[in-house]
Amino acid sequence: MSEENNILVKLNNVGLLQNHKWLVKGVSLTVKKGQIVTLIGPNGSGKSTTAKIAIGIHKNIEGKVEKFTNKIGYVPQKISIDWTLPLRVNDFMVLTENLSDEAINEALSLTGAEHLKHKSLGNLSGGEFQRVLLARAVSKKPELLVLDEPVQGVDFTGEIALYKLIKEISEKLNCGILLISHDLHTVMSATDFVLCLNGHVCCSGTPKDVAMNNEYKVLFGEQASQTLSIYEHKHDHTHSDDGEIKKN
Amino acid sequence: MFDDFFIRALVAGIGVAFVTGPLGCFVVWRRLSYFGDTLAHSALLGVTMALAFEINIAISIFIISSVIAIILVKLEKNTNLPGDALLGLLAHSALAVGLVVIGFLSFIRFDVMGLLFGDILAVNVDDLIIIWGGGVIILIVLKLIWKPLFASTVNYELAEAEGLNPDRAKAIFTILMAAIIAISIKIVGLLLITGMLIIPTAMARNLSDTPRKMVVYSILGGLLSVLIGLFSSLEFNTPSGPSIIAAALLLFIISLFKIKQTIQLKN
Repeated sequence: MSEENNILVKLNNVGLLQNHKWLVKGVSLTVKKGQIVTLIGPNGSGKSTTAKIAIGIHKNIEGKVEKFTNKIGYVPQKISIDWTLPLRVNDFMVLTENLSDEAINEALSLTGAEHLKHKSLGNLSGGEFQRVLLARAVSKKPELLVLDEPVQGVDFTGEIALYKLIKEISEKLNCGILLISHDLHTVMSATDFVLCLNGHVCCSGTPKDVAMNNEYKVLFGEQASQTLSIYEHKHDHTHSDDGEIKKN
Repeated sequence: MFDDFFIRALVAGIGVAFVTGPLGCFVVWRRLSYFGDTLAHSALLGVTMALAFEINIAISIFIISSVIAIILVKLEKNTNLPGDALLGLLAHSALAVGLVVIGFLSFIRFDVMGLLFGDILAVNVDDLIIIWGGGVIILIVLKLIWKPLFASTVNYELAEAEGLNPDRAKAIFTILMAAIIAISIKIVGLLLITGMLIIPTAMARNLSDTPRKMVVYSILGGLLSVLIGLFSSLEFNTPSGPSIIAAALLLFIISLFKIKQTIQLKN
């Protein structure tokens, strides 16, 4: 971690070109200790790609990534466990780091999944599996948590509770969190800074700034920001097919 | 003690079973059975090289298998062919080239059947040293890379994100695969090595609910297969490799009844 300003990871104008198409381009962001940064955007807008760039899964990138920690907890968007591998929650918890039994129990009860400990991973429901994934990422007390749609498949009340929990985790562990969500409203209360992506950074700022942004409304529909007062601004660009930005 | 050929074969087979158990689990989990086949087929080329240049067979097989593995990785990166087509290409090319070279080596007396299916008469004290020495090294290395290899088997991106370096683990595992084929060829024969890796593991899968249990049962299954197979090979004068694999198959079939029971219990 860089001493002076608690920065955990810093992306400077990064982009990823795959098969002649920019998956993302020109994204800059910083995650600091104790801060929750949320990426929102429609499907295919490069949210997961940006997160993977930040933690070093994508390597052939443009721009610069500075990582100041190696203690990372990651909840990927998609994970399929093969039936050929007999794996219980208990085994999954110690996948990347050995933990004491207490630490496993603590993490599982934090996400409300302690009753699943001896269950086979293949028998969990989508929501149960998400809780286990989150517990595993938190259990090693990371400095940076990267959560890619961590509440998918969780019912609505559980969703709100889990976001509350994520907020609590960031305070308790004083870790930085890079959160990906498709729904700004549910993450609203928890997040400090929002980047709205659509191949590039459409807009960014506090959740309130972003919700009032015109571009955000175009992406997510008028009702997405209806609860907030409407603030107008003009588009200054459109997108070509390969994701390039064209100035009007 | 090692004067008797049968004792030597038993000791060799037991050594092989200890190593194929855990490696076989990764072969099944990572869906590498066809990859194992490819390396095994290329072993024939290794044997002919050993005979032509008068070097140790195990070392020669190890080198050739490693080279084939490297070629495979390069081809995967540089062509648009699917993995199984490349594996088939390399497996059969290596087998064909190996057989052609054997044709040129007509001056050497050479037991092709023993090579393909294993021959318990052929195990000498040097082989025992290679099997047990090599086996211990393989198991130690596997233990060292277990965490990153297992984590990336479950999910590559998780392992990469959390700093476990799965690519290095995978490269080392490939070398271990080449090594197990090199040391087990005398006992099992090159056509059946993959069976020795997969069938006891498949049996173990039917009996296990954790990875650790699966590894233990896989080793036990391999040991039992070797014992049953070698004794029947001695009794009925059958080639050792097929006898061992047939024994493993028998154990697998028995293990199916256990699944049936568990399913009935659940219902």
